This record gives sequence, structure tokens and C-alpha cells, in this order.
Amino acid sequence: MGTLTLDALSRRYGATLAVERVDLTVAEGELVALLGPSGCGKTTTLRMVAGFVPPSEGRVLIAGRDVTRLPPHARDTGMVFQSYALFPHMSVAQNVAFGLEMRKVNRAEREARVREALRLVRLDGLADRLPRQLSGGQQQRVALTRALVVNPAVFLLDEPLSNLDAKLRAEVRFEIRALQQRLGLTTLFVTHDQEEALTMADRLVVMDRGRVRQVGSAEELYERPADAFVAGFIGRCNLIPGQVEGRGLFRTAAGAVLPCALSGPPGANMLALRPEAIAVAPGGADGMAARIFAITYLGAQTEYHMDLAGTRLFAVLPTPAEGSAMRALAVGDRVMAEWDPALARLLCAAPGDLPAPETTG
Amino acid sequence: MIGSRMRRMAFALAVAGAYGLILAPVLAVIVISVFAQEIVSFPPRGLTLDWYANAWEKREFARGFATSLQLALAAAAIGVPCGTAAALAISRGAWRGRQALNTLLLGPLAVPGVVAGTALYLFYVRAEFWVDDDIKGTLAGLVAAHVLLTIPWTVRLVFASLAGLDRAAEEAAANLGARPFTVFRRVTLPMLRPGIVAACLFSFIQSFENLELTLLLVGPGRVTLPVAMLNYLEFRVDPTLAAVATVQITLVGALMLITDRFVKLSRVV
Repeated sequence: MGTLTLDALSRRYGATLAVERVDLTVAEGELVALLGPSGCGKTTTLRMVAGFVPPSEGRVLIAGRDVTRLPPHARDTGMVFQSYALFPHMSVAQNVAFGLEMRKVNRAEREARVREALRLVRLDGLADRLPRQLSGGQQQRVALTRALVVNPAVFLLDEPLSNLDAKLRAEVRFEIRALQQRLGLTTLFVTHDQEEALTMADRLVVMDRGRVRQVGSAEELYERPADAFVAGFIGRCNLIPGQVEGRGLFRTAAGAVLPCALSGPPGANMLALRPEAIAVAPGGADGMAARIFAITYLGAQTEYHMDLAGTRLFAVLPTPAEGSAMRALAVGDRVMAEWDPALARLLCAAPGDLPAPETTG
Repeated sequence: MIGSRMRRMAFALAVAGAYGLILAPVLAVIVISVFAQEIVSFPPRGLTLDWYANAWEKREFARGFATSLQLALAAAAIGVPCGTAAALAISRGAWRGRQALNTLLLGPLAVPGVVAGTALYLFYVRAEFWVDDDIKGTLAGLVAAHVLLTIPWTVRLVFASLAGLDRAAEEAAANLGARPFTVFRRVTLPMLRPGIVAACLFSFIQSFENLELTLLLVGPGRVTLPVAMLNYLEFRVDPTLAAVATVQITLVGALMLITDRFVKLSRVV
């Protein structure tokens, strides 16, 4: 075990910067998720840690040792691939034993460790099967076991859940996290699924187009996003372009003036307001006038999409009780929208930062 | 619906027709080999195994068979490793001229056998002068020529196998502590088994059956089976040849069946 340090890690392909200066330290026993859309550089970063891609600049340190120049077989990492990459011509037991074989563990000990490892993941009856005779979930467990049985210093996962169906994914998520915590493995995990990252990771690294946008816990990223990209990527958010007009006031592109936080980064051109922060009430209460143009019933929650003086917003509230005035709201009704100005954060958005606009139909 | 049933029947008939067309010559040969008359006519006057006995007595067929067998084994034994190595270098390497090498190695497939045979003959005549020893008509000369047949087939089949190989498995092996050569030995090569086995089979068959190229390079006392059969034809046209051919068909058929147990041929070809 040990810490994993990425020191100014970069990777260039010709003129394109696939990964730009990643600085990160994963503490011993910590699970850090690299999260971002396709092409953001997260997999390239992981592969640089594993040793399959040589960095253009920077270093990788595992337990204090500089492994940047070392080939993959000398790095003491255990990796789980997206496609599992099981050896098709070897049985489950042989697959799992492979790493131990490479480390010259004697046969008796090897067999014992493999048996125990397979028992822990409930695959002991399948030791002699071939990978193609297993289900996707079973293959994934074999891949996990194979990487873990050698007690690697660093545990690497490349989108290990993306090939599983949704139901299995939730189960396996907890299994992996439980295993990782119990073994105290220093783990780096790549995913494009934010729910996965939010539920499993101690800390998240949000990446976009090669750059790290923000590093922090789920709470920090959700409540204090560093920029418009992070705000839009983590959870759902109202992102309204415009500019600051005086203290605590924001003029939207459509001309509405909205209350906002008192301070923000220089050049702030975006207002970020989480939908659950907006209070909606039928006309008469305090707030600003808005007209509802869509209501989406989601069971426990209901979304209210409104037009506030030309600016579109949506709020998410617990579904109102039957018979209440709120429940009776319909498309076209006038309502009052209100929020704590401190929660309407001012952020910067660079071109290409924003996700595709929400379609409300 | 009548329409779709008729269509399906028509399709089945077409498939049966195609199979029939392809297998007809093979079946004809097998059937003729047991006809009890010298001149092939239908219906046969009787059935007999005399032609097989005759074929066995004619020593040139047995000798030809032995030569063909040695030749095919040697040509495959040399061609398959070389071709595999070449396929790996072309598929995995990053050097310029890869494509040119690929085209060069596949070249013999595009050259008519007689042309290649003639060119080799002329080359051998010249080479004999340089090394001051016999080349044409010797087994070594034939093996060298047949390697020209086995290498292209191997390159093609192994290359196709490599293209479908999961590189992630190799990376996983390296990640687990395997050095590059160990990865090759324990992961890559076993995963290439279908391609290599198919290459061995096709190389063997291509060499064993070859006539046009071999014809120009054989010498007295050193003939292959196809050439021996051609020679026999010049003097007699009787079902003895059909008997020899049937033996060959049986051999090749058995080889393919055996190979199919190890490697699903339908997946490789």
C-alpha cells in the first residue's frame, strides 16, 4: 500500500494536449474517481499511471517511488479493464493465479490464495470454467479478483461497471467499494457516470478536454462548483448566461435581473442555481413573477419549468400533497419564484463548457 | 403463406444445387475409383477395389506420396513460423514499409504457378552454378519453392487472427507482472492458436496439392504425388488415378476434421 502521486502529468499527441498538467495525490486507502465526459483525458491519465502510455511530461510516484520510467509489469499496480480482458484460453482459477505466478509464488500457496479469493467473491464453484462460459457479472468479478489477489500498491479501475446492466451496476458498486475499504486499497477509478463517482469516491477529479476542472468531495463539487462546467456536469443546475450588475444582482441575457451571491470570480458570466434551491408558490407570495410552461411529475418529486421575464428556469420540489394549491398548478399558471441569493452562485463559463440545454418538450 | 414457403424451398434448392456443383467432381472421382472397367462409362459393369491394389503396386505413387508428405511438412514447418513472425511484425510494428512487406509476402498468391515455377527453374540453374551443387530436382530445392506457397497463406491467416485479438488481455498480463516475452508466450500465442493451426493446415494442403509450380522443379526419382499422377495420365487413363485421388481426398478430409476439433474452422476461414 502507499500513496499515489501524479506530478504535473501531461500527455501530448502531436499538437493536441490530451492531458494537461494533472497534479493529484491519492492518500493511502483513498478512492479517487476521475470523472468527465468522453475524450476528457481520464482514461489516458489512468493508463499513464498503469504504464501503458508514456507521459510527455511529469512523473508518477507510487509509495514514494518514481515509477515513470518503469514498464507496466514493474509497477505493482492492479488494473481492472473495461472489457475485463480475461485470458480466454485459461480457466477462472488460472486467470486469477496469473499474477501470483508472475510473482513466483509457489504452487501450494498460490492455489490456497486463489481458492480463498474466489470464495470471497462467491465464485468458488466456477474455478474451472472458461471465461466465455460466465455471465458478464461473473466475468467482472473474476477480473476484480485477478487484480486484487496480488495485493497491489495501487488499484486501478477503467470504467469497470459500464458493461453491466443497470440493476447489476448498483449491486457491484457497493461490492467494489466495500472490498476497497476493507482492504484499504489506494484506488484510482475512471468513470463517465457521475452517480457512480458520487456514490463510490472519497474525492472526485472532474476533467474536461484534458484539464482538471476541480478536485474535491461530492459535497464540495455539488455545493461549491469551481466553474460552470462542474456546476453543469455534477447534478442538474440552472445555468443562466448574463453579467453582474451591481452587488447581488445579475442581469440575464434575456434582460431579467435576478438576485445572486454578493461576490464571485472576476469575469463571471454565468449564474448557477440548483433547482432544489428555488421555492415556488402560487401567486401572491414574495419573489419574482414567472409563468409555468411545463410540469414533470416524477413521483416523489415534481419539476416546475418556468419562464421568468424571458429567462428559463426549472425548480425541483417534493411533490405537493393532493388537494393543495401547489398540486393544482398547471401549465400557463403564474407563480412566484424565490431563492436565497447566496445560493445563486456566480461562475465563469468558457466556450464549450455548457452541457446541451435541457429539453423540456 | 404459400409465397414464402415456396421462396424458402427455392432457396434450399439453390443451396443444395450449389453444394452439388461443388461436390460433384469429388463424388465422381470417388465413385469412378470403384468402377470395374478401364474406360469410364455409365452405368458401371461392376464394382471392384482392384484399382486401389494397382495404385499400391505402382511404386511411383507410393514414392510420390512420401515425397509430397515430406515436402509439405517441411514447407509448413519453415513457412508457418516465418509467416507468423512476419504477420506480427507487420501488424504490431510501427515502421515504414510495413505495407510494402505485406504486399511482397502475399505476392506469390497472385503469380500463376507456372510462371513462378519457370522463374524458379531459371534461378536454380543460375544458383547451381554459384554453389556448385544440385538444386533443382532436390528435396531442398522443392522445399525452398514450396515455402513460397506456405508463407503467404500463413501471413494472411495469422494477420486476420491478430486483427481480432483483444490487446487488453496482453495489457492485463503485463499489468500482472508478465515481461513482454512472457506475455507473448502465455497470452498472445495461445490466443493466436486458431490462426496458426489454420495456417498449418492450409500450408500443408497448398504444398501437398501443388502441381503447376512443382512440375517445373521436379527431377528424375524425385516426384511429388500430383506430378506422379500427371505422368501416369500420359500413358493410361484408367480409374487407378481415381483411386489415388480418393486416397488424397480422404487424407485431406481427415486432416480438416481433426483440425476442426482443435479450432473451429468456420471461425478462421
